[in-house]
Amino acid sequence: MSAVKMLSYIKRDSPVHHLNGVTKLITFLAWTIVCMLSYDTRVLLAAMVLSIVIFRLAKIHLKEVGFVLAFIFFFLLLNDAAIYVFSPEEGVKIYGTRHLIFQISDRYTLTQEQLFYLFNVTLKYLTVVPIALLFLLTTDPSEFAASLTGIGVPYRISYAVSITLRYIADIQTDFHNISQAQQARGVDLSKKTGLKKRISGISIIAVPLIFSSLDRIDLISNAMDLRGFGKKEKRTWYRARPFQVMDYCVIGSVLFLSIIGLFITFSDGQRFFNPFLG
Amino acid sequence: MKLSTRTIVAIGIGAAVFLVLNRFVSIPSGIPNTTINTAYAFLAFMAVIFGPIAGALIGFIGHVLTDATAYGSVWWSWVIVSLFVGAAIGLSWKKINIENGVFGKKEIVTFNLYQIAANLIGWGLLAPVLDIIIYAEPSDKVFMQGLVAGLANLVTIAILGTAFLAIYARTRTKTGSLNKED
Repeated sequence: MSAVKMLSYIKRDSPVHHLNGVTKLITFLAWTIVCMLSYDTRVLLAAMVLSIVIFRLAKIHLKEVGFVLAFIFFFLLLNDAAIYVFSPEEGVKIYGTRHLIFQISDRYTLTQEQLFYLFNVTLKYLTVVPIALLFLLTTDPSEFAASLTGIGVPYRISYAVSITLRYIADIQTDFHNISQAQQARGVDLSKKTGLKKRISGISIIAVPLIFSSLDRIDLISNAMDLRGFGKKEKRTWYRARPFQVMDYCVIGSVLFLSIIGLFITFSDGQRFFNPFLG
Repeated sequence: MKLSTRTIVAIGIGAAVFLVLNRFVSIPSGIPNTTINTAYAFLAFMAVIFGPIAGALIGFIGHVLTDATAYGSVWWSWVIVSLFVGAAIGLSWKKINIENGVFGKKEIVTFNLYQIAANLIGWGLLAPVLDIIIYAEPSDKVFMQGLVAGLANLVTIAILGTAFLAIYARTRTKTGSLNKED
């Protein structure tokens, strides 16, 4: 089997696991929105520290997510390098001042502004990671559909998401079987073959996978129709849980912090925090 | 708007297949960070069969879950582009009407015009603009990135997407394919 690992729900007994799915979804969305809007280093740092604290509370071990973190760091470094190559003085443009550290060539200079800008870009991408990871690792997929309906998504669409989560594993198994069968028939998928051969190789796997999935769609939708799916305007969820006091507290504080974060960010009329002025 | 059960299931299963294709069935093209990605050919295929709403939601749900399960974080600017591309290609759904079993020259041209427009606007314009708005990344970099990704997807969809649709059309019964015997 290919060694690609996927993040999924880890069942454990922690305060974060006990929270309602709706609470966690709202937290995740609020966090994402604030971190997308804000470019304020202070807000981002505070969010980062807070999310690490929450991460500790959830009793998720670092080694369980280590492979993803390594991947993210690698991606972010690559991204920073790409930004530098394309625009070595982007930071100067944004912050409006120029503190030269040293010069490599006419075009490639190293400035404090650029370093600070790259630090902020990385931070901005990174700040969402712990909360997104937590949301993924501590929310039971069966409860997730109920949570989506809880924040106002039409239940037919929540149901589609729930079908996706349910069938990822099955389709992965299908993929694995098809791939093994085609390799047994002599299809070479390794890196040794040329590009053209590999394209035909992947379509040989993709076509059976796609068409068996179309059969699956017919089968499942017939079964759902027979059971009367979608006849009513509302439905209940087996996994939905009532709100606890803790849920209200968490939602309240998340919304409060988000507003404060946005207020601090935009208090000077722009989204960047500029330490070079003043 | 009331979606049929078949469309809902198509969205659910479609997003799962999109994720699996995205994670496992893509090959590096030789240009860094760019893969020949069957997932987008599949997205285009599903959008033509099930329409723009299904296309949009398969792109959206599939991309969010791919990002989340692979990186533990979601790149919203590109997720929105997947949603847009799925919806835009899905608009050709009524014009092509693949269920009739006809996918000739005219339909192939229609499909490719829609997908080329969708990819150019989506990756060449929407993705970079969103990257600039959300992440304030340098414009040269994001336009370059978007263009490379867009061209890669455009070529993949032109080859594989067209092929998938042609195969699918052959499994449908053509209207008027039965003749009354004298």
